[in-house]
Amino acid sequence: MNIKTLLAGATLAFGIGAAAHADDPLKVGFVYVGPVGDYGWSYEHNEGRLAVEEAFGDKVETTFVESVPEGADAERVMTQMALSGHDLIFTTSFGYMDSTIAVAEKFPDVKFEHATGYKRADNVSTYSARFYEGRAVIGHIAGKMTESNVVGYIASFPIPEVIRGINSAYLHAKKVNPDVEFRIVWVYTWFDPAKEADAAQALIDQGADILMQHTDSTAPMTIAEEKGILAFGQASDMINFGPNSQLTSIIDNWAPYYVARTQAVMDGTWESADTWDGIEPGMVAFAAMSDKIPADVRAEAEQMIEDIKSGAYHPFTGPLNKQDGSAWLGEGEVADDGTLAGMNFYIEGLAGDIPS
Amino acid sequence: MDLSSIDPILLIAALIVAATPILLAAIGELVVEKAGVLNLGVEGMMITGAICGFAVAVETQNPALGFIGAALGGAALSLIFGFLTQYLLSNQVATGLALTLFGLGISALIGQAYIGVKPPITADLDIPLLSDVPVIGPILFQHNLMVYLSLGIVAGVWYLLKYTRVGLVLRAVGENHDAAHALGYKVVRIRMLAIAFGGACAGLGGAYLSLIRVPQWTEGMTAGAGWIALAIVVFASWKPWRVLLGAYLFGGITVLQLNLQAAGLKIPVEYLSMSPYLITILVLVIMSADRSRAALNAPAALGRPFHASS
Repeated sequence: MNIKTLLAGATLAFGIGAAAHADDPLKVGFVYVGPVGDYGWSYEHNEGRLAVEEAFGDKVETTFVESVPEGADAERVMTQMALSGHDLIFTTSFGYMDSTIAVAEKFPDVKFEHATGYKRADNVSTYSARFYEGRAVIGHIAGKMTESNVVGYIASFPIPEVIRGINSAYLHAKKVNPDVEFRIVWVYTWFDPAKEADAAQALIDQGADILMQHTDSTAPMTIAEEKGILAFGQASDMINFGPNSQLTSIIDNWAPYYVARTQAVMDGTWESADTWDGIEPGMVAFAAMSDKIPADVRAEAEQMIEDIKSGAYHPFTGPLNKQDGSAWLGEGEVADDGTLAGMNFYIEGLAGDIPS
Repeated sequence: MDLSSIDPILLIAALIVAATPILLAAIGELVVEKAGVLNLGVEGMMITGAICGFAVAVETQNPALGFIGAALGGAALSLIFGFLTQYLLSNQVATGLALTLFGLGISALIGQAYIGVKPPITADLDIPLLSDVPVIGPILFQHNLMVYLSLGIVAGVWYLLKYTRVGLVLRAVGENHDAAHALGYKVVRIRMLAIAFGGACAGLGGAYLSLIRVPQWTEGMTAGAGWIALAIVVFASWKPWRVLLGAYLFGGITVLQLNLQAAGLKIPVEYLSMSPYLITILVLVIMSADRSRAALNAPAALGRPFHASS
């Protein structure tokens, strides 16, 4: 204890900064909205954490707190982390946004990284993945493969990220199948297997033969498997829960980003930034495509992935109208990131209203 | 909005599945309350049953053993409550609430190793011929064994309470434990048995969630079902068949709101999501306002501690 304090004092005195000292590992904290065993969203963030540990060995010390409810609890957990000497804290749910900003204000020396949010500060970066690029690909596959022309979509909260995903998937399903219809159920939770399972059941009962989910548990995939319909995994490879059902899965690969940001803190080059990476840098990846996808559809999907990677194709390319019929994008026009980041409208063709 | 896309037959079938956990827990609690004990720990016993059943089913790869394990787990937890309230005469309300908190905690602890694990599949009972009958077939004859077991338990409890000596003794203990004691009935022993039965039923309800409805283990997966079960007992004015009605009604609202959403009905989701709880409160208010009726049906000794010397 005494030696540690002395060392810390000495490093400060020499102006090296505690983080750079070899004997004093960089403390990196992670706050998860679900359990690490959700095999979805939080699982992948934890994989990222493990990658940081692997990359830096004993130069880092990582901690995590799982199943932290959004709101006051999250603020408490973050404060605790900051107080216990963490240098870098990743808060990995949209709903942590205001808590992150509030805690960051109190601890200007601690660096914060908030996933999927849009509020930044000098010591708060935001990062997200362009999941809509992945959704475009699975939308294309769904449009080609649905036989009932009803695609079930289990949505969590009506926030831009989720709405963007619905729009992107629908747009690309519609392009290849004008008769396709999306049924959307809002469950108002990121992680509640019972509710997600009931929602999946309701959608299947109403004729959906392909399920997409924007929630974190594997329950919808389990139900799809049980009922013998097709489904797309979310955030992680869910093949274990739907060996026959899973067509592919959008995988969030946070590891490279987490390693890079941890490195930046070590080097003292960390700056508040807004990162929004897609398929190209590998933040959005895919699970192995199922054999059930016909070869031509698979080739098209792979071509689309390549085109998005190379920048030749943007999933939101005009002409595109909003749901009410008003024009959004002109011929050949590409959506700008600002509009995408704050997307709060459906595109033309989608039925129903976004709950407010 | 496209209401025609809701198939009423499938809706009713889904409703039965969604209601079964609440039904099981509620019918167990009914017996407990009929014996004059108020156990508010239903939620805790359900979640404990959910993880015990899940763990046993995963370890043995046998769902039937899982359900037995769930019943034992729920009963074991309820016996803690029984010991505290019946022998140590602790306050039933406080002990019941503590049991819920304890159950949520211990289930999370046991469940650490079972997150993300797939349980063995409980097969649906496809009764030949009967399950092919249009309309009635899918509604009544294509469920798993637990659905029929839950209905069997309701019928059994009804018959037991109404027509048998055992039921009469149980009701006597619940109505007036001093008189029952004077007649030579072992009040505490009978109550302990009732409490264990209630715990076992709640455990089965929990396991239904973790083994059939989801099927997966998650912390806190009962999500308030135990509280609704408690409300249903009051709503049903301690009558078994009304418990069945109440459970299907409440289970139905959850399923209905998801179905209405999928059909694109323009109802704010928040209202639909809170509707089961709102109706529960409403029913409780109406029940308590009508004093004479409620008093007529509630077991007279409900929640009152018994000691042989008094």
